[in-house]
Amino acid sequence: MSQVQLNQSDFEPLQVDHSDAEKIAGESTSYWKDGWRRFRKNKLAIFGVFIIIILGILSFIGGPISGQNYYQNDLMNANQSPSAEHWFGTDNLGRDVFARTWYGAKISLFIGLMAAFIDLVIGVIWGAIAGFFGGKVDEYMMRIADILYGVPYLLVVILLMVILPQGLWTLIIAMTITGWINMARIVRGQVMQLRSEEYVMASRSLGASNTRLMFKHLVPNTLGPILVTLTLTIPNAIFTEAFLSYLGLGVPAPLASWGTMSSDALPALQYYPFQLFFPAFFICLTMLAFNVIGDGMRDALDPKVRK
Amino acid sequence: MAKYLLKRIGYIIVSLFFIITITFFLMQAAPGGPFASERKLPPEIEAQMNEAYGLNDPIHVQYFDYLVRAITLDFGPSFKYVGQEVTDIIARSFPYSLILGAEAILLALSFGVLLGVIAALKHNKFGDYAAMVIAVLGISVPSFIMATILQYIFAIKLQALPVARFESFAHTILPAVALATTPLAFIARLMRSSMLEVLNADYIKTARSKGLSSRVVTYKHGLRNAILPVVSYLGPLVVSILTGSFIIEKIFGIPGLGNEFVVSVTNRDYTVIMGTTVFFSVLLLVSILIVDLIYGLVDPRIKVTDKGAEK
Repeated sequence: MSQVQLNQSDFEPLQVDHSDAEKIAGESTSYWKDGWRRFRKNKLAIFGVFIIIILGILSFIGGPISGQNYYQNDLMNANQSPSAEHWFGTDNLGRDVFARTWYGAKISLFIGLMAAFIDLVIGVIWGAIAGFFGGKVDEYMMRIADILYGVPYLLVVILLMVILPQGLWTLIIAMTITGWINMARIVRGQVMQLRSEEYVMASRSLGASNTRLMFKHLVPNTLGPILVTLTLTIPNAIFTEAFLSYLGLGVPAPLASWGTMSSDALPALQYYPFQLFFPAFFICLTMLAFNVIGDGMRDALDPKVRK
Repeated sequence: MAKYLLKRIGYIIVSLFFIITITFFLMQAAPGGPFASERKLPPEIEAQMNEAYGLNDPIHVQYFDYLVRAITLDFGPSFKYVGQEVTDIIARSFPYSLILGAEAILLALSFGVLLGVIAALKHNKFGDYAAMVIAVLGISVPSFIMATILQYIFAIKLQALPVARFESFAHTILPAVALATTPLAFIARLMRSSMLEVLNADYIKTARSKGLSSRVVTYKHGLRNAILPVVSYLGPLVVSILTGSFIIEKIFGIPGLGNEFVVSVTNRDYTVIMGTTVFFSVLLLVSILIVDLIYGLVDPRIKVTDKGAEK
């Protein structure tokens, strides 16, 4: 039982200053500042950003620092375990796995970023036009999207890989031919919600053109969901590339991606599991990093999931 | 209801028409004929084979022939396997894919829901973190890598399960697990967030304050409402299992339809490619329709007919 000490001063009335009610306690924050504050607190997402930055840097300097290149065959030293000379060992043609891993990183990241970027451009324009004009335009545009959406994504990609000549850009085109639909649907939904807002009407009554309304006012206000979708598209594209390469439909021979490296390592898996380990590990790590960044961004930027 | 159903079936037919048309012309545009193999055929024989397979007709005749035959589910003979009809190939290989797919869907649904519910009930405690780590890893590890890891650990190192082929129940375990991993993780995350939302709802508080046991509250009141987003995920789940089967069946040497499709792609066996594509699309469109109808049944707040009349 502890005694509470009370003084006379504890019972004096506090001065109430009514002007305090009007005072703004904190600095005003914008959508992006607020989002960044939330994102920064998410340790997992920050960890993801670091992983991507490190992988990005290594994809450029990884080859040079090991003093090996990704294409040099050396059949006398094939299938070696990791050593001081070959840090990740060598593959069945004696090529240095360390150098190939970072060269593969460059290809895989490039495909992921490029596919996401093209999806972004087509999806945003398509979705913005459909959502902004509504009515018949919307009906037809989204019907086309629905029909394309009805066919499984990987099926379309595989069919296109059959008829187009194999190559890096073929892969990207095949992935983006239906990949943009998801983005278009999200942008359309957002634009439809926003187009009846007062600021749009205000701008319209000031004589702004439709294009200006769409891309100066509406699209910037949907950037949050766009960004989230974009970050989740990248791991999807990297996965698709690896998937196709695993089936033997990926980037052709002199190029190497993580998918082709995994696929090459398969026949000798029982004896040289490390050849599969490195590319497979980095595919998983990259997808993990982009997924946690995407989750972090959604928590930070999507008003619906804020708690 | 009948009107809605008719309308949906109408859309499915239109979609299928486009899919058949597009695949037909894509295959026409593909480089290399079906008989362009390593061994050069004498020109007379090649001409005769083209004649036998109807490849000498003008394109529009071939197209209409194909369209008419596709309606009766007859996709013509395979170019690579002499004497085999595409329909026979599908009928032979589909049962394998069906068993594998059903097992994977069951696995993904039951464990995904379980994991999500555990995570929501133990919100911000160890159980939640453990379940979510499993879910994030499941999303980040592609199915084909998962398959290879499983093969390496359970078949090669531990010798506990068969490494490939499809003969008994033991053979199906590894491919089904590999196929289920990614959708399982998605379902777990979906279930967790929807369960968290539901557990905060007012009617749950009412149920609790009536003095119902927490088991009844969780399973009878909570789970039944929280499972709705998972039901709407069933469509994408079917797609994911379907496309996942391409690679999983190849890795495990299962003679299913996914594997058949991949083989036909590498063989450039055009009729088989077209036939399987159309078959996959029918399967998918119909299962999405069924999922939508189930959704209307499960959630009385949603009337499917309303959705049909939305515009």
